[in-house]
Amino acid sequence: MRDFATVFQALDETTKTSRKVDAIAQYFETADDADRLWTIALFSGRRPKRAVTTTQLRTWAAETAGIDLWLFEECYPIVGDLAETIGLILPVNSQHSNKGLTHWIDALASFKDADETAKKDFVLNAWDTLGGTERFLFNKLITGGFRVGVSQKLMTRALARATGKDEAELAHRLMGNWTPQSTDFHTLIEADDPESALSRPYPFYLAHGLDGAPDDLGAVEDWHPEWKWDGIRGQVILRGGTHFVWSRGEELMTDRFPEFMRLLDYLPSGTVLDGEILGWKDAQPLPFADLQKRIGRKTTPAKLLRDTPVILYAYDLLEWEGEDIRNHPFLERRALLDTTLRDVPSDAPIKLSPQIKAKTWEDLAQTRAEARAHHAEGLMLKRSDSLYLAGRKKGDWWKWKLDPLTIDAVMIYAQSGHGRRATLFTDYTFAVWQGNDLIPFTKAYSGLTDAEFRQITAWVRKNTLQRFGPVRRIPPEHVFEIAFEGIQRSTRHKSGVALRFPRMLRWRQDKAAQDANSLDDLKEMLRLYG
Amino acid sequence: MFLGMASDPLITFTDRGIYCPRAALYVDPWKPVTRALITHGHADHARAGHARYMCTTSAAPVMRHRLGSITLDTIDYGQTVAVNGVEISFHPAGHVIGSAQIRLAYKGEIWVVSGDYKTEDDGISEAFEPVRCTHFISECTFGLPIFKWEPQTVIAEQINTWWHKNAQAGVSSIIGAYSLGKAQRILSMLDTDISPILTHGAIEASNEILRAQGVQLPPTTLVTPDLDRKAYKGAMILAPPAALGSNWARGFAKHSSGFASGWMRLRGVRRRRALDQGFIISDHVDWNGLLDAISATNAENIYVTHGYTDIFARHLNSIGYNAAIVETAFEGDSEEPDAAVESDAS
Repeated sequence: MRDFATVFQALDETTKTSRKVDAIAQYFETADDADRLWTIALFSGRRPKRAVTTTQLRTWAAETAGIDLWLFEECYPIVGDLAETIGLILPVNSQHSNKGLTHWIDALASFKDADETAKKDFVLNAWDTLGGTERFLFNKLITGGFRVGVSQKLMTRALARATGKDEAELAHRLMGNWTPQSTDFHTLIEADDPESALSRPYPFYLAHGLDGAPDDLGAVEDWHPEWKWDGIRGQVILRGGTHFVWSRGEELMTDRFPEFMRLLDYLPSGTVLDGEILGWKDAQPLPFADLQKRIGRKTTPAKLLRDTPVILYAYDLLEWEGEDIRNHPFLERRALLDTTLRDVPSDAPIKLSPQIKAKTWEDLAQTRAEARAHHAEGLMLKRSDSLYLAGRKKGDWWKWKLDPLTIDAVMIYAQSGHGRRATLFTDYTFAVWQGNDLIPFTKAYSGLTDAEFRQITAWVRKNTLQRFGPVRRIPPEHVFEIAFEGIQRSTRHKSGVALRFPRMLRWRQDKAAQDANSLDDLKEMLRLYG
Repeated sequence: MFLGMASDPLITFTDRGIYCPRAALYVDPWKPVTRALITHGHADHARAGHARYMCTTSAAPVMRHRLGSITLDTIDYGQTVAVNGVEISFHPAGHVIGSAQIRLAYKGEIWVVSGDYKTEDDGISEAFEPVRCTHFISECTFGLPIFKWEPQTVIAEQINTWWHKNAQAGVSSIIGAYSLGKAQRILSMLDTDISPILTHGAIEASNEILRAQGVQLPPTTLVTPDLDRKAYKGAMILAPPAALGSNWARGFAKHSSGFASGWMRLRGVRRRRALDQGFIISDHVDWNGLLDAISATNAENIYVTHGYTDIFARHLNSIGYNAAIVETAFEGDSEEPDAAVESDAS
């Protein structure tokens, strides 16, 4: 565990990309295959099966530290991370061990079905054996979520350097449905493996947001505009007579969207499509909130399937007749996609995302302004000759979103953030007026500068009216302009509305609380854009 | 248990600060008063505008430097003065040089105001001494069981190892530390054989005052605009926290930065400051130190102030003390690591 702790610490102590890559590459060069595999897994969001519950961890930690559980629970939001809270609260370890990362993961897994006493003995002994960062990491293996400021991309780059393999090829290999139990380092990284290749998606090409006007992009004829849909980016893979659905977050969602099995009836194996998964009814997209019901569950009951059917709005073709065609120009891929979908019946769960025709950028700007009426969030601009790259790359693909909707609201509750922001109040609840009452309608926790967060944090501390655990009630004095992408009716919220992507656009220090908007204003927005 | 109700308590809590009506004086008041007893010279405890001040003899030079021409009585540790029958004495708090706990006693009712304190002997401040009392007003900046400090020798080793490694690579080491107290403590921990030590003006100002009163500090070189910084590759540079990441710090071509504070115990705080190194060292007492110090006073009534007061008071009540929260305007480096860091940069 010490080597893994050392690399973790090195990553934690620098913000410089080159130093991070150096640290991981160096580790990959020296670690054994099992530890390398697990490190790749952890840094790509995979984690061991949970052998003990977090409730057990909290209870045992408080007990071992000799404090009441409530005191432990008070510390947790202040630290902002459960694994770290436990690490800090326990007494200094009295034993030592030279065992590596994989040993601890295997040991943990072997206790999965043990009784509680055996689990507890094991965990307590581990806590007493591992100190500092090692103990924190051991806890992280249980609680999950290694956020170490290292993207999968950086890890892949380091792995490429350590193994001499091509970075793009590695990125592709690391995608898909593997776990350290289902494969080994050699199979994953070095060998040919048709079995896992079958379900393996391509890394998504992600667009950058366009700031301001698109005139800098050159001639409008060189671009292919489409609507930017508000669904889930997805890749549908048809290979070997079976199908797979991947989300952009690299989650396998095949079982959540059984509709797409029908695609095998219309499209040949050896086809991989990139597109937007959208709720679809009465020849138009459903609001994102409806789609969300589908995402939330692993299997889909028949009623939900009827009420909220999905389609793939396809906009790119990545594999054709079993051949990777990502290095063909966009228009060529698009033409093939067009041909491929031409004979698909209209009730099939797939459509071609239409091209938007425009002669000038002004035309296009006009069209963009109508995006909401088309249930879109704005436009996508793809350069006609662009290749399908991996990851977020600047230059060839742009998202040109609508300006968000905005409303002025009063901050009424504040809560401290997590992790890096644990000592700042960064999560706020906002309200609008209904007569003399303030009705809460949204939370937001991003959009301000660190300096503003610090200023507000100091104010919250001095002006707290009431505390509910980590939440502070504060005087309704500060007004913020809240931006959001969409608004929907909601029966779960007192305000009757739910917002999409709410965030703070700016702190309106020029406005007093009574200048904030009203619930009627929100309802009017619901009527117009809901 | 209602004995205290028979007469007015010796100490009350007012919007100007901790007040002793019988002696007509305040301890560390935050609004102007006629008579103020001051625990130590940090800005949130020693404020301007009082008619008359009292502090320890060793705290006086800093007080005078920071507050200018003030009417100041000084007193040695352990010496007693009486004001209208109230016995007043100052006892080492171990926070910074000259810092004191203030004891006020009248007819068997004994109050001790801790000010800021730490129980570990840092070798440079007068070491903390427990004082028996019936009522103890304690800070609790780090009053949570997640805050536990390692001995100073361990931290000294960490700092010197980091500095040595940097120096060998021709990289300077900049440590952010409060100008009064933490900076001198770190100076006293440095292995002067490694390379020269440079100081920011704010820190050197405190150094001068302390050296003049006989405190032994290693030799330092003040960073002035015309200093040839290239000649000091691999040096140790001490600066106030606000100077980290500033243009001033960027003037040193290759450098690694570290910050010395109890808050460095939290990974989130370390990461937010985007530092290369966080050294966990505080001039405030840690969790175990707080509980030991409180126990050593033998007091039953504990008043907690600045820090995680509600949580700490609840814990004290759960283990048998009669604990209450006192609202004060002390900021120290209380709940607010960042704001404190910036406000004490002067």
